[in-house]
Amino acid sequence: MTSTPSPQETLAELGMRMAQGTPQAAALGFRTVSSSPGEAVMAVPWREDLVGDPESGVIAGGVITTLLDQVCGMAVSSIALRERGLLGLATLDLRIDYMRPAEPRREIFARAHCYKLTTSIGFVRAAAWDLDEADPVAAAQAAFAFTAAPRSGATRP
Amino acid sequence: MSEARDVRLARTLTEVPYMRFLGMSADLAGDEMTAVLPFSQHLVGNVLLPALHGGVIGAFLEMTALCQLSLLEPLRRQPRTIDVTIEYLRPGRAVTTYARADVRKVGRRIANVHVEAWQEARALPVAALRGHFMLSPSEESAS
Repeated sequence: MTSTPSPQETLAELGMRMAQGTPQAAALGFRTVSSSPGEAVMAVPWREDLVGDPESGVIAGGVITTLLDQVCGMAVSSIALRERGLLGLATLDLRIDYMRPAEPRREIFARAHCYKLTTSIGFVRAAAWDLDEADPVAAAQAAFAFTAAPRSGATRP
Repeated sequence: MSEARDVRLARTLTEVPYMRFLGMSADLAGDEMTAVLPFSQHLVGNVLLPALHGGVIGAFLEMTALCQLSLLEPLRRQPRTIDVTIEYLRPGRAVTTYARADVRKVGRRIANVHVEAWQEARALPVAALRGHFMLSPSEESAS
């Protein structure tokens, strides 16, 4: 890391903000592994209180859903930051295929790639894995809409 | 005689650690179930609005589907999620969220479930989920 400000640092800051800045991401222990414009990798540790199947100890699908939503949003934000400055984001839809149960007691990783950015929408693909990225536990496809920052004092309907 | 529906539902809610992490509960009226997710600070995904994390809403919908499936019949083990499609309709605000699941089809091994979540008004849903779940019927009901 250099001490001079660079776009990369701004991106690193965005990663930090998105990984630890939201209470839910902090509650799940998300960390940003890497990020570049249009791409992001994040991880969530296995924890006893996040288990979805008490018999097998497999982490809940909901944790992977949240990780995939977060990493997809980050991939869109990071390219939108470079192309247009910071914008608010809203998830339009998120489709997830669960290919196999994750290994218990293993950290889970997710990589997202924003493959198309239009004036109002970001399209993203992502995959989650535990031991080997080539053998994913889940795959996701999502669309995000850019939202204008709310004017101060404006009320929402 | 198999366990009553309300016992199976209560067991699912207390034995799945992640459902306790979310802080969800469920009310049963006959065979109609309403899942309840009280607002909690740790569920926030956007501190500016503030709004629930989109992943939390999706996860709550998926857990609602699993709870609804626990009412069907005694299962040997928890159903396994095959796929889900989540549509986000409105921001999930910092209030209690409710959800109801509709089991559209139960085959021998696979169930199709639709779930809808709302907050103050049932007619203004915040999100919807459609998903497929792999079932493992118990020996008793499989025979």
